[in-house]
Amino acid sequence: MTIERADIEKLAELARIEINEATIAETTQSIADVLALVDQLQAADTEGVEPMAHPMDAIQRLRTDEVTESNHRDDFQAIAPATEAGLYLVPKVID
Amino acid sequence: MEWETVIGLEVHAQLATKSKIFSGSSTTFGAEPNTQASALDLAMPGTLPVPNEQAFRYAIMFGLAIDAEIAKISVFDRKNYFYPDLPKAYQTTQLDRPIVGPGHIDIELADGTQKTIRIHHAHLEEDAGKSLHEGSFEAGMSGIDLNRAGIPLVEIVSEPDMSNAEEAVAFAKKLHSIITSLGICDGEMSQGSMRFDVNISIRKPGEKLGTRTETKNLNSFRFMEDAIKLEVERQIDLVEDGGRVIQETRLYNGDTKESRSMRSKEEANDYRYFPCPDLLPVVFDDDYIESIRKELPELPDARHDRFMEQYGLSSYDTNILSNDAGMAQYFETATKISGDPKLTANWIMGELSAQLNTADLPIKHSPLSAKQLAGMIVRIADGTISSKMAKQVFEGMWNSDGDADSIIEAQGLKQVSDSGAIEAMVDEVIANSDKQVVNFRNADESKRPKMLGYFVGQIMKASKGQANPQQVNEILLKKLNDLL
Repeated sequence: MTIERADIEKLAELARIEINEATIAETTQSIADVLALVDQLQAADTEGVEPMAHPMDAIQRLRTDEVTESNHRDDFQAIAPATEAGLYLVPKVID
Repeated sequence: MEWETVIGLEVHAQLATKSKIFSGSSTTFGAEPNTQASALDLAMPGTLPVPNEQAFRYAIMFGLAIDAEIAKISVFDRKNYFYPDLPKAYQTTQLDRPIVGPGHIDIELADGTQKTIRIHHAHLEEDAGKSLHEGSFEAGMSGIDLNRAGIPLVEIVSEPDMSNAEEAVAFAKKLHSIITSLGICDGEMSQGSMRFDVNISIRKPGEKLGTRTETKNLNSFRFMEDAIKLEVERQIDLVEDGGRVIQETRLYNGDTKESRSMRSKEEANDYRYFPCPDLLPVVFDDDYIESIRKELPELPDARHDRFMEQYGLSSYDTNILSNDAGMAQYFETATKISGDPKLTANWIMGELSAQLNTADLPIKHSPLSAKQLAGMIVRIADGTISSKMAKQVFEGMWNSDGDADSIIEAQGLKQVSDSGAIEAMVDEVIANSDKQVVNFRNADESKRPKMLGYFVGQIMKASKGQANPQQVNEILLKKLNDLL
């Protein structure tokens, strides 16, 4: 699979990452290199192999349903840029 | 040529766990903003999720209730998007290996026939926080409350098997009934505990599926029905005028009965799903699943059949009483005490439902307990009070914690069933109604029953409404006939 400058621009937009003119060529090349490696992996014969959900051969431990957390709002809000009436404030967003 | 409507539903139900799906924060509704948002809910670096077993138990209960296959291995994925009420910038959800596989729910249509609606799958995921766009804070800002972030949701995705608003509402109600009967969600739609998104498209019969729109945030059955009708009409008008439907998300406003485009999905959403590296596959064996199956409570269909058999009510009454888990429980508790299913059913479906409706309360928050209501019904059945007096008793109980007997006593509502006392009153009224007695005598026999009204009215007045109406009728008729 080949990757083009337009793909990188779209990915940057989706990931909310700024990639400037100076680095876009380099970033495109780096990601193209990674994808070349993926192509190599995809050449492997995986016929009859179950896809893995996780590299570790282990299963998830579950919690019992208990409330173990208490209110630390003041601590968390002390490091937030803007709060009011217990709410975190962010620039207005409406879909 | 007629248009055909194709409808599919996506339903989010908040699971009734005490703690969140991946953290030990409380899920209690209505807490002060952000007091139930822990470091993990805030996506602080270094935190790791640990899934809540109860959320899985609830999802499995749902799966078993709809005859679905339960996944022995299920996997969490990340759905990536940016929104301030989602601090991790991804929602932990399940894409390829959901906990609940294909199943089905049968609905009853208005004409009494059954229709099977297939369920594509149901998966577990976390809820997002809440954004408030208006408040005491600075203009141009939004306030974020993360108490809801991380509350477990089961998202139920139907196949597009519904073909009009009525079917979609019947499906939604049945789903609500199943979920509340299982006790896995409180079903409070006005609090957002259960939220419906409706996918709608139109096509000419036999053609392939049209482009669909999604209408979100329908938090009542009424809104859902109105929103579907409105959207079907909009699509038909659009296409018949030469336009085309674009894939988009629409928001319905129940107050104005209008919908507007929320965001276009023209540029298909690119959520860049991938398996969540913080969570391992979740595995259940047959024994675990079977142990849950054994503990499943009674489901709506079974309850309906049992009610028909056990209480001998009409099919109409049974539907109303058995569909809603809260209503069913109230009815059974009250009937057990009153011993009179029909009278109990009438009071629940009549006066109680009307009052709850006016007060906008679900039956489980009824100010009048099943025990109180049953106490009153016992007194109607044994003749202590008339149905008319019962209304006063009902009102008294609605506004206080008193039981029927104490209100009957305090308000002096005892019905007079002493035949001697009633006879005396009847005699007095007859003695003072010469003209009416003459008229009664001279009237044709067929007209006489209608003429009793006057006498009954006078007697009830004399007894201050407390005479047993049935006895009054009997004694009056006997005495008048004696005069003939």
